[in-house]
Amino acid sequence: MTAPATANAVEHVAAGEVLAFPAQEPARATRDSRPLRLITCGSVDDGKSTLIGRLLWDTKAVKEDQAATLQRDSKGKQNDLGLPDFALLLDGLQAEREQGITIDVAYRYFSTDKRSFIVADTPGHEQYTRNMATGASTADLAVLLVDARVGLLEQTRRHATIATLMGIKQFVLAVNKIDLTDYDRARFEQISHEFRELALSLGVRQVTAIPVSALKGENVVYDGRASMPWYDGPTLIEVLELATTRSAQTVGFRLPVQRVSRPGESFRGYQGTVAGGSVKPGDSVVILPSGMVANVTKIVTFDLVRNAAVAGDAITLVLDRQVDVSRGDMIVAIDSQPLTGLSFDAQLVALQAEGIQPGKRYWLKSGSRRQRVQVQPASQLDLQTGKWNHAEQLPMNAIGKVHLAFDEQAIFDSYEQNRTTGAFILIDPDTNNTVAGGMITAKRSALGGIHTEDARVILSLPADLADQLMATELFAGRREEAEVRRVSAGRAVEIIDDIDG
Amino acid sequence: MPHIHPETELHNPQSAKPPLDPHLKALENEAIHIFREVAAEFERPVMLYSIGKDSSVLLHLARKAFYPGRVPFPLLHVNTGWKFAEMIAFRNEIVERYDLDLIEHVNPRGAAENVTPFTHGSALYTDIMKTEALRQALDAGQFDAAFGGARRDEEASRAKERIYSFRTPDHRWDPRNQRPELWNVYNGMIRKGESVRAFPLSNWTEVDIWRYIQAEDIPIVPLYFAEKRPIVERDGMMILAEDPRLELLPGETKREEVIRFRTLGCFPLTGAIRSNATTLDDIISELETATVSERQGRAIDRDQSGSMEKKKREGYF
Ligand SMILES: Nc1nc2c(ncn2[C@@H]2O[C@H](COP(=O)(O)OP(=O)(O)O)[C@@H](O)[C@H]2O)c(=O)[nH]1
Ligand SMILES: [Mg+2]
Repeated sequence: MTAPATANAVEHVAAGEVLAFPAQEPARATRDSRPLRLITCGSVDDGKSTLIGRLLWDTKAVKEDQAATLQRDSKGKQNDLGLPDFALLLDGLQAEREQGITIDVAYRYFSTDKRSFIVADTPGHEQYTRNMATGASTADLAVLLVDARVGLLEQTRRHATIATLMGIKQFVLAVNKIDLTDYDRARFEQISHEFRELALSLGVRQVTAIPVSALKGENVVYDGRASMPWYDGPTLIEVLELATTRSAQTVGFRLPVQRVSRPGESFRGYQGTVAGGSVKPGDSVVILPSGMVANVTKIVTFDLVRNAAVAGDAITLVLDRQVDVSRGDMIVAIDSQPLTGLSFDAQLVALQAEGIQPGKRYWLKSGSRRQRVQVQPASQLDLQTGKWNHAEQLPMNAIGKVHLAFDEQAIFDSYEQNRTTGAFILIDPDTNNTVAGGMITAKRSALGGIHTEDARVILSLPADLADQLMATELFAGRREEAEVRRVSAGRAVEIIDDIDG
Repeated sequence: MPHIHPETELHNPQSAKPPLDPHLKALENEAIHIFREVAAEFERPVMLYSIGKDSSVLLHLARKAFYPGRVPFPLLHVNTGWKFAEMIAFRNEIVERYDLDLIEHVNPRGAAENVTPFTHGSALYTDIMKTEALRQALDAGQFDAAFGGARRDEEASRAKERIYSFRTPDHRWDPRNQRPELWNVYNGMIRKGESVRAFPLSNWTEVDIWRYIQAEDIPIVPLYFAEKRPIVERDGMMILAEDPRLELLPGETKREEVIRFRTLGCFPLTGAIRSNATTLDDIISELETATVSERQGRAIDRDQSGSMEKKKREGYF
């Protein structure tokens, strides 16, 4: 192991001749807001890529050489208006350009004087819904496109539902290709009305509907008054500039531990990103799942020893006593603790062709914690009716409610309370692929079925034996009758000795 | 073993600088989170270090992520033998100053066959000296995760790439079958021989990089700043004419111009821009009014649209 103080000492080394050291200059005017993350969604060909291309173009995020490539690539594909195919700015993969569709989510960056934006362009095809869910998971706002000539489609409803499920609360309905309806006001109002009803049924209150021509750039960055004198609402960019980013989580302090830093004998720190609340030296905390209590002595970062850290900060926490903390544990506020237990309810989106199989054991990863879980589908959302129907398994793209059963203590908040500690992914141990994105709704207090907690047999077995037993079909069918606890071989010997002795 | 005295030594002398604005702070936090996650989940991570501005930022973030510990993985520099001399001098200085482990790799086949950008053309040269060389070095080190400084705003196919970008045992990227990546929960599960490329700077733009370099006082290669330098014009690019191996072609003349570089790579393939930007402030305001993208100066990107995706599928970084 090397000197822990290295990082300090080297700061003092004089600049070598080949190094350019920027002189200290007065700080430039700082932006006061975080970037707004948004997604565009809607059905195929509604104009999502064109809309983002237009946003980039009109905010001058497209440079001359990229524009030249665009003009060149648009040859032969130009539309009647003689404008370049803006979608080519987004659809960067060869297969996408060949097929003229968006396959994968693309992230783009642009800014105005007021704010910077990260936009995810998501695919409309149903088979790529998983990529839409990916884009939605981090977004603050969703722009839903519909073709003014077509109106709402099942896919529009699906996207609105997924976006809501993923915690997005702000929506813009862009009624696109309004130029192709002769700027038909009645049509716009009818679609807006239909969408508001859908939104209300999903519990969404913040909807702004805008008539848009992405291609001609009307009501995107520049207003479309010349063609649509009847519309006096905001342009898309005006709505985006005023939207709110996800506010700092209000629930208690949460630090999922990513790694333990032990650069020398005298230093032990717990590194991670604050996932909720705030912390300061002197605070009492609990380490989960062990339940041990300690006090915070220091918050260490490269720049300085800080007197507080808030949600989003990547920190190193030092505690006042020797406690056993490892990766995957969570350090939390003593007076506002998350839910812990072996059984939870969740909603999830199935992302792969195999769907979600009942009784199959998956890996669940949430924050830095990865553990085995058995997933029992309970119901599936019917997007036509908005009803949850009983389901035994969930096919690809399905939105379902499931029960999660863990072998070891799991630690969550509800997704409603905390978008970080309430979120998880499922990984198929056979393919290592990410097969679902899920959100915790509640802890299950009692196990279903006729067996009460008392009736369960508790088996303490060495970890390898426990794994083997739990993998058997026989056990899978009767898992509610027994609880298997993994212990080290040494501990197992102790237990047996205790019994014998 | 040296000990840290609480309170005193943990105070970093840099603490005098003003706090980062929230936009850069958010980007920094995200990058540190990715660094720690990869370091914890993978057995043999490595950081690709190309000596450019993005690498400088990446290294700075790595040092922050693991402070007060040492950067817990080596840096890998794939050298082609045709880098700017100032880049190599800078690299050596940085490695010593920050107590880093550096692995330098040159493709032995390319070196033996004397593959140069002049004799083999930029495409084949890049393929052998960069793509193939990188694969060799990653295989030799049995690295299961490699950090890179790629940004999604650089190029259309990169805009689609995940933060954990999965690679097959022969280093291929399948853009059509990328794993979904939700929230900041990264799936690091791989089989033996497979690997991921991890991109902590995915969400940074070129302007973010420069504003961060300024805010954090990060050392960079002086070639980024304008100065009077010898150049020769070739294929519409201004190439630095300093290296004795650069032979002038008929009709070419050497002359001096005030220039700087927006990206740094192999000097015969990297075009300079005319610029008077001698400070970071100058560079940032030049960028904010720039009308061309940074990749414009790179010969390897200009062959055709989609050329970067093709290279990446074959294992180019
Ligand atoms: N007339 C008209 N055409 C549009 C408009 N927006 C998009 N389009 C065209 O609709 C087609 C599909 O657009 P695209 O952006 O690829 O749709 P996506 O599948 O939702 O990404 C393209 O030919 C666009 O040029 C619009 O506002 N008006
Ligand atoms: Mg598209």
